[in-house]
Amino acid sequence: MTTIDGNLQNEPQGLLARLSAALETGLAALFAGFMNALEILVRPVERRLGMERIGYFFVLPNLLIFGIFVLFPMLLNFYISFTSGTEIYPQDRSFVGVANYEFLFDCENVFEPNSCNEDLFWRGVFNTVFFVVVQVSGMVLVSLLTALVLNGKIPARGFFRSVFFYPVLLSPVVVALIWKWILQRDGVLNSLLIALGGERVQFLVNADWATLWVIVISIWALMGFYTLILLAGLQAIPAELYEAGQIDGTGRWQSFRFITMPLLMPTMFVVLVLSLIRAVQVFDQVYALTGGGPGTTTHFIVQYIFTVGFANVIPRYGLAAAASVLLGATLLVLTLMQLRAARSNESG
Amino acid sequence: MSAETVQASGNIFTRTRGRSSLHPTDLLSYLWLLFGTVVMFGPVIWVLMSSFKTQAALIEFPPQFLPYQQDSVQVKGHDEPLPLYNVTLEDGSVRQLAQVRRVGIEAQMVDPVSPEEIVRVNIRQREPVRSLRLALENYIDPLGRFNFLTYLRNSVTVTVMATLITLLINSMAGFALSKYEFRGRDGIFVLFIATLMIPISVILVPVFLVITSLNLYNNLWGVIIPGAATPTGVFLLRQYMLTIPDELLDSARIDGASEWRLYWQIVLPLARPALAVLAIFSVMWRWNDFLWPLIVLSRSDVFTLQVGLHSFAGELKIQWHYVLAMTVLTLLPITVVFAFLQRFITTGIATTGMK
Repeated sequence: MTTIDGNLQNEPQGLLARLSAALETGLAALFAGFMNALEILVRPVERRLGMERIGYFFVLPNLLIFGIFVLFPMLLNFYISFTSGTEIYPQDRSFVGVANYEFLFDCENVFEPNSCNEDLFWRGVFNTVFFVVVQVSGMVLVSLLTALVLNGKIPARGFFRSVFFYPVLLSPVVVALIWKWILQRDGVLNSLLIALGGERVQFLVNADWATLWVIVISIWALMGFYTLILLAGLQAIPAELYEAGQIDGTGRWQSFRFITMPLLMPTMFVVLVLSLIRAVQVFDQVYALTGGGPGTTTHFIVQYIFTVGFANVIPRYGLAAAASVLLGATLLVLTLMQLRAARSNESG
Repeated sequence: MSAETVQASGNIFTRTRGRSSLHPTDLLSYLWLLFGTVVMFGPVIWVLMSSFKTQAALIEFPPQFLPYQQDSVQVKGHDEPLPLYNVTLEDGSVRQLAQVRRVGIEAQMVDPVSPEEIVRVNIRQREPVRSLRLALENYIDPLGRFNFLTYLRNSVTVTVMATLITLLINSMAGFALSKYEFRGRDGIFVLFIATLMIPISVILVPVFLVITSLNLYNNLWGVIIPGAATPTGVFLLRQYMLTIPDELLDSARIDGASEWRLYWQIVLPLARPALAVLAIFSVMWRWNDFLWPLIVLSRSDVFTLQVGLHSFAGELKIQWHYVLAMTVLTLLPITVVFAFLQRFITTGIATTGMK
């Protein structure tokens, strides 16, 4: 989108520079042509609407897509959760009231998935809760540590920041395949383990190991993101505070405890809630890695929705919708908690 | 996040009691960085190296780091090339022999020069002759075999189209929300922001319903359009456009420019940094998107790379030599983009907090 500013002033050197300059000019011309063509369409609209309402025109495309694919589905989700049947269109579905919710909660004891009619749902819930608690605490700890280290006087800071961030860019499928290859029976990790005198472990077949690795890998894949946010928070702390502390003879631990931690708290909240919201939705990476197994050890709540609604031969949309309403309510509570925490943090 | 502030703030651990040389925490910091580098890059590098190994080298245990391959030789009287071994004979001499067949713990070998005489040796006496060679066939074979090029084309289409649409409609919305007064404007803005936290997994069923009613099932547009109206993008662009002075627009209006022209000839070029950040993110989101395409696309001719790779890796007998090569090809574009735009991406995230 080079249109009016000074990119053309640079004297192109060499073939590559000339090529990219030509490409830029071409793209700019294309862009201008496209926008000019649109102008012919927009002009009558502009005249009709006038200055007070032209804003609607600009916001319309986004609002339309948003309305059709986010807002309307949100409302529809409620309705579907009160219907049953295998038909997808709402008019073909029979209204059953809260039957889907009743079915999900049909348990002798909610804390014992085996006593539930829909035990897979409750397994998903408890697996997710366990995952969230362990993964989020691990994530916050590891990202905080890394951010503190990266904020110090270290050489090649930019490089190391990128090192920790790189896995964030990888897709869930790629992450899953990379680790599947490392963790497989004859994989490099087992060969290292044996070389160190250990015994071969079937990492993704053993339930405890699979749970552990699912957590470790999800921290591996995302910690760079939270590290960056925390790093930004750390760098916003004024250096004068540390200097003042130094004059008063504050030790390392004290300056961390009494300067860094309190001032980093707002950022910590952001990280905590963002990682919570993400962890509750854990699915794709794990699905590609273990498929929810072994057994149902890594079967999480979103996988339940996916399985019931889409993967099973007979889809049960009503049940899937009911489960996702419950998930949405949980996320809403978490978001409100964050807003509340942020507000009390600001005022306090 | 300039270098000066970084220098000034220093390490929270190191900034005490003058400049004592190396505190234990510094040592721990370096250890952590070293450990991090190995753990973060190691797996990807391991996969990269493995992707150049032959099928036979892949099942070797313990695995080698470099892609070695056993040499083989064409021997008269045998159709297939025979694998070469260094054999230690009884008298202690070492000869290079080709293996004809193996029976239990006994291997029948021949000298490639005089293939008539068969030498029987214990399999423990032989060592494969190996040399470094990249198994490029891992990369070349799949091109013809499983629609890799179709998946690639679909992924590129989705990524490019979705990013263009996102940039266009998000910037239009950002422009409207920052530069015009109209009734319901703040309500619309709050509506967008409120859904920032609503993940696709919560509305999976109804969006799927909308997609099927609009006949977009198994259609790439069904993947492209729903995610185009990103609240993050609208928010980012609106905030950025608020910093563009209104006087600039007013003076252009006096010159008779239309509102549309103000949008694309004044505001868009000025918002280029924010547009660049959004473009990079959109490319990343779309290229890596998995859950949504998995639901919308069920025919393999419309699969994106991620779905195709997943379905191929999910086959009963996983063909690792191909899967690894495809994995490398799938992560390559994003890695290259990151290598060039690394600074842009990391500062973009730090300032907007989006992913």
